[in-house]
Amino acid sequence: MALTRAAIESIAKLARLELNETEIPVYQDSLSAILDFVGELDRAATNDVTPMAHPLAGLSQRLRADIVTEEDAHERYQQNAPQVAAGLYLVPKVIE
Amino acid sequence: MSLYKQTLAELAAGLRARKFSSVELTQLYLARIDAHAGTLNAFITVTHESALASARAADASLAAGRGGALTGVPFAHKDIFCTAGLRTTCGSRMLDQFVSPYDATVVAKLKDAGTVMLGKTNMDEFAMGSSSETSYYGPVKNPWNTKLVPGGSSGGSAAAVAARLVPAATATDTGGSIRQPAALCGVTGLKPTYGRVSRYGMVAFASSLDQGGVIAASAEDAALMLTAMAGFDPRDSTSVDTAVPDYAALLGKPLAGLRVGIVKEFFDAGLDAQNARRIHEALAVYTKLGATLKDVSLPNLPLSVPTYYVVAPAECSSNLARYDGVRFGHRCSAPRDLQDLYRRSRGEGFGAEVKRRVMTGTYVLSAGYYDAYYLKAQKVRQLIAKDFRDAFVEVDMLMGPTTPTPAFAIGAKMADPITMYLNDIYTIGANLAGLPAISIPCGFVTDLPVGLQLVGPHFAESAILNAAHAYQRETDWHRLIPQGSA
Repeated sequence: MALTRAAIESIAKLARLELNETEIPVYQDSLSAILDFVGELDRAATNDVTPMAHPLAGLSQRLRADIVTEEDAHERYQQNAPQVAAGLYLVPKVIE
Repeated sequence: MSLYKQTLAELAAGLRARKFSSVELTQLYLARIDAHAGTLNAFITVTHESALASARAADASLAAGRGGALTGVPFAHKDIFCTAGLRTTCGSRMLDQFVSPYDATVVAKLKDAGTVMLGKTNMDEFAMGSSSETSYYGPVKNPWNTKLVPGGSSGGSAAAVAARLVPAATATDTGGSIRQPAALCGVTGLKPTYGRVSRYGMVAFASSLDQGGVIAASAEDAALMLTAMAGFDPRDSTSVDTAVPDYAALLGKPLAGLRVGIVKEFFDAGLDAQNARRIHEALAVYTKLGATLKDVSLPNLPLSVPTYYVVAPAECSSNLARYDGVRFGHRCSAPRDLQDLYRRSRGEGFGAEVKRRVMTGTYVLSAGYYDAYYLKAQKVRQLIAKDFRDAFVEVDMLMGPTTPTPAFAIGAKMADPITMYLNDIYTIGANLAGLPAISIPCGFVTDLPVGLQLVGPHFAESAILNAAHAYQRETDWHRLIPQGSA
């Protein structure tokens, strides 16, 4: 399958990735090759197969009681944030 | 014998017998790390001061007779494990400035065991790669030949252990990232059962496949490390609540009667002929030790790489959505608006292979393609897992090569992602099925190490470690150290 330039631009937009002019043709080629490669899966007969949800058969996601177990550590976590003020994360203006 | 040539088990025993101190050992390995920094690039961060402080504390415990199995033993963490107060980069520009606010469970457990962390090892960016070339911090070199790759993604851990810059290092394995570099560097690499080792604080790549483990010089060393690292963790919702045995104490059982499955699909056209010869020689050692070899077939195994390259990128695109330039990680300068902030921060922060996988995952999960790719892959994954289950009715474990070829040249496979992906053709199956597997050195092809892979049923770590240990009592491949590191 050959992905068009527009397809790559649309995937990059969905993935929130800025690509430059030299990257687009590279990903056009390699993503097309990857999709051809994974297209091999069509060979497998899977009509009655349940999709695998967990690597350990019979085990499902564990649940826990809905109680607070973690301390509030936002100050510690926000030390890694690019921009904060008054305990809030700052981003460019969203609503004009 | 020089201390660095000893195994972790021997070093731990020497520490307990007070033949040498943890401070002496720590200084010795730190000097080796510094001496090889330029040639191997195996480390991203070296923690000289905190290592010596931990070593002094360990010596005090040992002097007071309070030493445990690993007290005072130096080691390194792959830079994917969060270490409180210390940078955790995951090999990415995105996390270049990221200081972990907490310890991963594995990090906390190894601290509690009294170990001495010497630093954080280099790796493929976000563990996506099979050569440790995609790191933002530059490629890791193979200690057996520095023009070659060490494998990946845990290439820094494998190279560091091979060159004896540390006796052991933690690592992670999503599609072969412990076993493949262990094979290419001539060391022992153990990927435990999915759920055996907590993923809490381990930077996520593909959560249904990621599993923490260890690279060491021997199976016995890996057993000692795993005993300290494994166990139930309420903070990881996929952690399994099963008792952790003392893996090292269970070694030494005879192999008589062991049924070993030789997987037909592991000996395909892609397997280098000389590599195959080393594997057959290793299997002959197992026959001599009393094991019976039986041919088995896993008919869906050839589809494991295409299955993986749908499932892993899908999970990756979802996991890596958290890097938004808002809460932590790289932020672009002067964003015009929120979309621009997201797109440029991610475009600048991620390297080429990470972007490729995020986009592949975005595509296979997007409206109209989900059923054709993602759902189809999860069904084939089920078939592959069933092939393994069927095989384990007839045999106790499977054996075969870890990789199709020995180490390749730096740069040789970077232009063609599919060729790079096929490095993991023999290792990915165990991840898709959640099985424990180990790679052990079993000889050389043109002066480069070759790995034998053992795959067991769920939670059979003890059995594969025992079989690996039995082989290492008969051979000395695991004792060999590259010339440049001796």
